[in-house]
Amino acid sequence: MTELSKTGAAVGEPVSGSPAPTAFLEVRDLKVHFPTDDGLVKSVDGLSFTLEKGKTLGIVGESGSGKSVTSLGIMGLHTAGQYGKRKAQISGEIWLDGTELLSADPDHVRKLRGREMAMIFQDPLSALHPYYTIGQQIVEAYRIHHDVDKKTAKRRAVEMLDRVGIPQPDKRVDNYPHEFSGGMRQRAMIAMSLVNNPELLIADEPTTALDVTVQAQILDLIRDLQKEFGSAVIIITHDLGVVAELSDDILVMYGGRCVERGPAEKVFYEPRHPYTWGLLGSMPRLDRDQQERLIPVKGSPPSLINIPSGCAFNPRCPYADLPKDNVTRTVRPELTEVGSKHWAACHMTQEQRQRIWTEEIAPKL
Amino acid sequence: MSEKPKDTAVTNPAQSQGAATLTKDPAPGETLLKVTGLQKHFPIRKGLLQRQVGAVRAVDGLDFEVRAGETLGVVGESGCGKSTMGRLITRLLEPTAGTVEFEGKDITHLNVSGMRPLRRDVQMIFQDPYSSLNPRHTIGTIIGAPFKLQGVTPEGGVKKEVQRLLSVVGLNPEHYNRYPHEFSGGQRQRIGIARALALNPKLVVADEPVSALDVSIQAQVVNLLDDLQQELGLTYVIIAHDLSVVRHVSDRIAVMYLGKIVELADRDSLYKAPMHPYTKALMSAVPIPDPARRGAKSERILLQGDVPSPIAPPSGCRFHTRCWKATQICKTTEPPMLELKPGQRVACHHPENAEDQAPQDTVLLSAAKEAGELVPDAVLAESAQTSQAVANETAAAKKPAVAEETAAENPAVAKETAASEESAEDK
Repeated sequence: MTELSKTGAAVGEPVSGSPAPTAFLEVRDLKVHFPTDDGLVKSVDGLSFTLEKGKTLGIVGESGSGKSVTSLGIMGLHTAGQYGKRKAQISGEIWLDGTELLSADPDHVRKLRGREMAMIFQDPLSALHPYYTIGQQIVEAYRIHHDVDKKTAKRRAVEMLDRVGIPQPDKRVDNYPHEFSGGMRQRAMIAMSLVNNPELLIADEPTTALDVTVQAQILDLIRDLQKEFGSAVIIITHDLGVVAELSDDILVMYGGRCVERGPAEKVFYEPRHPYTWGLLGSMPRLDRDQQERLIPVKGSPPSLINIPSGCAFNPRCPYADLPKDNVTRTVRPELTEVGSKHWAACHMTQEQRQRIWTEEIAPKL
Repeated sequence: MSEKPKDTAVTNPAQSQGAATLTKDPAPGETLLKVTGLQKHFPIRKGLLQRQVGAVRAVDGLDFEVRAGETLGVVGESGCGKSTMGRLITRLLEPTAGTVEFEGKDITHLNVSGMRPLRRDVQMIFQDPYSSLNPRHTIGTIIGAPFKLQGVTPEGGVKKEVQRLLSVVGLNPEHYNRYPHEFSGGQRQRIGIARALALNPKLVVADEPVSALDVSIQAQVVNLLDDLQQELGLTYVIIAHDLSVVRHVSDRIAVMYLGKIVELADRDSLYKAPMHPYTKALMSAVPIPDPARRGAKSERILLQGDVPSPIAPPSGCRFHTRCWKATQICKTTEPPMLELKPGQRVACHHPENAEDQAPQDTVLLSAAKEAGELVPDAVLAESAQTSQAVANETAAAKKPAVAEETAAENPAVAKETAASEESAEDK
């Protein structure tokens, strides 16, 4: 694999007074709001996290919790303004390798996009262009960032297709997307996003559209490639199994905010937020004995236009009345450290949560 | 979450008098639906004269029965024919061959008017709660439609009955006049369930009832289906691709691959000791939500490539192109569906956890070699061990030696052989 030097680029100056972070990727208080006729949709409302190279962050949450909006925000794909004047309102800071992306020159971000950071989309059929061959699309992605002739770029495309496990890559490179099966299309997407050796890879529901046996192949591939390239990976999914399989850290989103974040083991074995308990209880598990009943979360996810006051989860939380003074309905809980590198946003005291988890929830899972 | 969540609490409904059943209900355990040799081929037509040039063999010979009061789960990857099967047994599609018997009566070729009385007894829940409800009708009209179509007037009137059904599925009866767009995905699925229950059916066929829903909502609907079965004595056929959901809801499970059932067994036997290699691979591929087992590659069987096309399915055993145990006989002879253990029927020449059906056969090098690389050694060793153990048990009665040796050798042969045969990998 040829390692070409990244084209030099000016480092964006930080706007706010806060110093540049040391982490590879740091998101600080990210907000993405969309003005609509019905009101302001607060898709992401104050999200912060960090990610180091070679590590994987899993973002889990239900539909409409802001997972995908976050990833598009990091990639800088919201400001494109395809909805006329109705652009997304983005605030906060996104630091990638010492560069602040939100305040950086769009041309500079364009150079980073696809090269420093790349994305794998959920539906490979709609993310690939039907009129161009797989090869042409990979070559295009490569030549935008590398000054090479078409022949070299095509060699590189074949090499990448081979790397992601497509049989007969030299022939397949001239196929159109419709000639590929679902799993192969997703492999081609992965080849395309990795062709420039990005340091940050965002995979937005990479296996949701695939069958389990193919999903296993793709998850394996992502893991192997990460080991090989040492990239930082953000994997966005609603499937806790996929997250457990790949992630070092887990971030649980609800109503546009992070409700719990921590190392995978902590979040699975000592979760400290009722919503995380709900997710774990909702899931039938193959690795355990048959549960009598699932423990669902009552109600349905909130509207992002009218996020409940106080804790966004309070209408669905069975423990909303435990903290005093109706605080769950009036004050929004902030993330507090509940263990080493483990944060949760809940008004209940540590002791209460620990007791509920060990006595009431864990035995039923 | 210590108490039973409110939205799954279901009032015990009085059996509707209006939807009086036509025949006596079969006792639990009796056969309600019997399917024999069921086939559905969709013709492929080409050219000016629209001549038939081939057929998509979506369902290609199914035999199974559904007993009253049980839940039969049907799993398989996309394109294996599980949805077609659902539509065949509800007679939404006309079978190409085979018979469907409902309560002992052959309904395979009944016409529309012949089917009408039966439509009360067989109902369907669809996958997509967005496209299966008419956006121009109110919920009241949608759930009341079955009464209108069947010419049935429930006791107390249609409106009252619809409101009762709404409360049965955990919705507010006052929402009678609302339109589908005013409900969330999970609520819409409940509406679809209420509609299916309106005529007090005996058999409910649910095609991916929860796959379009969020995890937390999925659990609500799964619990609701559970409760309704217990209270109304329903029989379910639940079609799904999610193996953990299927295990949770089913009593018996059929695993489909390319239009055929490869294994049909009780839930516990199937999940504890799957016998068909495909079932085993399918189950090992499910990601386990436990970080401690991260990268537990030693347990995972990675199948090569994709499911072959149902237009030209592989000869012999349809799974032989991707199977790590495939031998010559798998390529030439279709394995019969045999009851190898009580309550566990499987169609395989070299089943797992059981005596090998064709032990002396030579390994089919091409497929086995490729698959051998993908199947972790631990799995191969374990599979050889279990086969050997079973072989040993039966060895006392039958002639020994051969079975054991080949079973133990197969994986080794598969791994060390170079590609001497033409590759039969998926194209």
